[in-house]
Amino acid sequence: MTTQRLKFYQVGSFAVGNRLAAPDQRTVQARPDRANALTSGHRACRGCGEALGARFVQDAAARAAEGRLISVNATGCLEVFSTPFPETAWQVPWIHSLFGNAPSVASGVAYALRAKGDTRTRVLGQGGDGGTVDIGFASLSGMFERNDDVLFVCYDNQGYMNTGVQRSGATPPAARTATTPALGPTPGNPFGQGKDAPRIAAAHRIPYVATATIADLHDLEDKVAAAMALHGARYLHVLVPCPLGWGSASAETVKLARLAVDTALFPLYEARGGEVTAVTRLRRQPVPVEQYLRPQKRYRHLFEPGIDTATLDRIQLIADANIAEYGLAPEEGS
Amino acid sequence: MCEQIEGSQAMARVVAACRPDVVCAYPISPQTHIVEALAAMVRAGRPGRAQFVNVESEMAALSVAIGASATGARAYTATASQGLLYMAEALYNAAGLGLPIVMTVANRAIGAPINIWNDHSDSISQRDSGWIQLYALDNQHAADLHPVAFRLAEEVSLPVMVCVDGFVLTHAVEPVDLAEQAQVDAFLPPFAPRQVLDPDDPITIGAMVGPEAFTEVRFLAHENAKRALDRLPVLAADYAAIVGRTVPAIVDSYRSEDAEMLVIAMGSVVGTLKDAVDELRDDGADVGALGLVAYRPFPFETIRAAAAGRSRVIVLERAQPAGSTGVVGAEVRSALPGGPPVHSVVAGLGGRPVTRSSLKTVITAAQRGELPELSFMDLDTGLVEAARSAT
Ligand SMILES: Cc1ncc(C[n+]2csc(CCOP(=O)(O)OP(=O)(O)O)c2C)c(N)n1
Ligand code: SF4
Ligand SMILES: [Mg+2]
Repeated sequence: MTTQRLKFYQVGSFAVGNRLAAPDQRTVQARPDRANALTSGHRACRGCGEALGARFVQDAAARAAEGRLISVNATGCLEVFSTPFPETAWQVPWIHSLFGNAPSVASGVAYALRAKGDTRTRVLGQGGDGGTVDIGFASLSGMFERNDDVLFVCYDNQGYMNTGVQRSGATPPAARTATTPALGPTPGNPFGQGKDAPRIAAAHRIPYVATATIADLHDLEDKVAAAMALHGARYLHVLVPCPLGWGSASAETVKLARLAVDTALFPLYEARGGEVTAVTRLRRQPVPVEQYLRPQKRYRHLFEPGIDTATLDRIQLIADANIAEYGLAPEEGS
Repeated sequence: MCEQIEGSQAMARVVAACRPDVVCAYPISPQTHIVEALAAMVRAGRPGRAQFVNVESEMAALSVAIGASATGARAYTATASQGLLYMAEALYNAAGLGLPIVMTVANRAIGAPINIWNDHSDSISQRDSGWIQLYALDNQHAADLHPVAFRLAEEVSLPVMVCVDGFVLTHAVEPVDLAEQAQVDAFLPPFAPRQVLDPDDPITIGAMVGPEAFTEVRFLAHENAKRALDRLPVLAADYAAIVGRTVPAIVDSYRSEDAEMLVIAMGSVVGTLKDAVDELRDDGADVGALGLVAYRPFPFETIRAAAAGRSRVIVLERAQPAGSTGVVGAEVRSALPGGPPVHSVVAGLGGRPVTRSSLKTVITAAQRGELPELSFMDLDTGLVEAARSAT
């Protein structure tokens, strides 16, 4: 596999820059021998969280598999921006079949490897939230239920972005999408809908489930590594802000992912065998949800022409409930 | 070895002899006996390291086969009717990706009204999916077509459907000469994929293709399908030489060389048709039969040659698109520009038996010039009138 000279360093308010971290704590991306599974030059929008997430996931998985990784991709932005014929951004063996069957195709790869007696090559399936929690959900559940040897990664940008930002089963309440317009008495996506895919995954009692974001790339890589250390069905749900769909600035992708965690709207945890085994507590007192919502144009109707405090309060209640349910409150003194 | 055996069991045995690596399926009548038998054989350690995958839907069954085939595994599945439709999106995908999957279709009607019995509306509905479609004449033929299907699929990198009449063949017990493992091995080499997902040589499969190349992709697929038509009789003859019996691959011609009238049909009804031809010939009628085995790719040349000089052609249609003409008849007609009149006779829908006497009635009507271009055999006009007056 090709290698690429190190291009950048991960820095951030609470993150340690790679230059300062001990070599063994640096991200896989910081290593000159990284797989570079998804090369630059693809067609993703500027600031695409999915592109960033996919690259880190892929390289961490390839590293864990000692380069022997096969990737299966559902239809969606990641597939479209990475493979406009005759170009491809993939350096790993990669297949795209359909929108709703990626987990099954990944299972097929895994069974083929087993039939051939190949115990070294590992399988990664991936798709957007639509491909994972909606149209591919039966396929995903079947893969989980059979405990097939596949790591499936959902890049959750909370909507059908590739087709122009429509609502999915992962779109959060009040968010404006092309099919939940900011019109009428209850603008945006209705409250009380949507599914909690990682918890449903965990309910299959599969060996490993984790949530992560592209704000903490060390954590993301660690979770990929933890998943790759196990066999059987594993699931990673990664929040990947989408500047186009969220109406946010390209430069704010990582910041928004961090705010989703710091508000407690997106809890970070791991579940093994169906039980939540680790939770990442907030680093400081929770950030009010308003700070996360305000920079995103999909929530503009909550702030213009007047502030919709009732809806903001309802969203805050979701964050508060997450803090209580997962025990996210920060340690004393932080 | 000749055995008195159920069609499904015979097919399962020969599929196992083809040494599939991955078998995956979802239950639907009348396909179930085939995959149940394969599940048992895989559990018993035959063949080799084969994997049997129980999935949650037909969409998943074919998708598992797609992933497995792209990873270099010989993949097999089977379905029917609603299940085939449930796979529809993946059917086109498997063909477009050039994956040599073999699938048995235990032909069954499509609902509504739900009906589990035999006709060809399922596989006919997927005629444009890019799969090669072969229709078995009887259970011996059904068994023999499977090794040929694997070899053909892998040679031309296209998926193949072996279409077998549900119940009529799948559940019928009759003598079948089952090929020995050594015979199948001598015919079918290990799968050498044209493209494979391999970390040592990474490739991208399933890229997005725009207007600048999509037509060319389709043109090449068309050329490749035609190549399959050239290879099919060669491979079938190879297999026939090994097993010592004929294996019709494109058509099965019966007393048709000198016949004035030709009756074309697909599947098990060809057997009944041959009997009807015999009886009519005894009565002095000048009629012959042509069993169409390869329906996709469509053998225009063969049909043209077979129909040359006939005064009339009848096509038995085992599916009927509402509001149009018989599907097979339309293609037969287009193979015979300026040729004889072609009559489509819709017969045997949803499991209605196609009897010798009904066939003889239709053929005799045609001889008298009284058969319309499109007709429904054995239509119960009383029932039709009752339904009409009830609404
Ligand atoms: C069966 C089917 N239905 C619909 C589509 C159209 N489609 C392609 S990508 C897509 C949205 C993808 O959304 P998601 O999975 O969330 O990925 P994203 O693009 O947001 O990363 C849709 C609806 C399709 N390709 N196939
Ligand atoms: S629309 Fe969103 S997910 Fe798609 S490429 Fe652009 S930023 Fe990425
Ligand atoms: Mg999405």
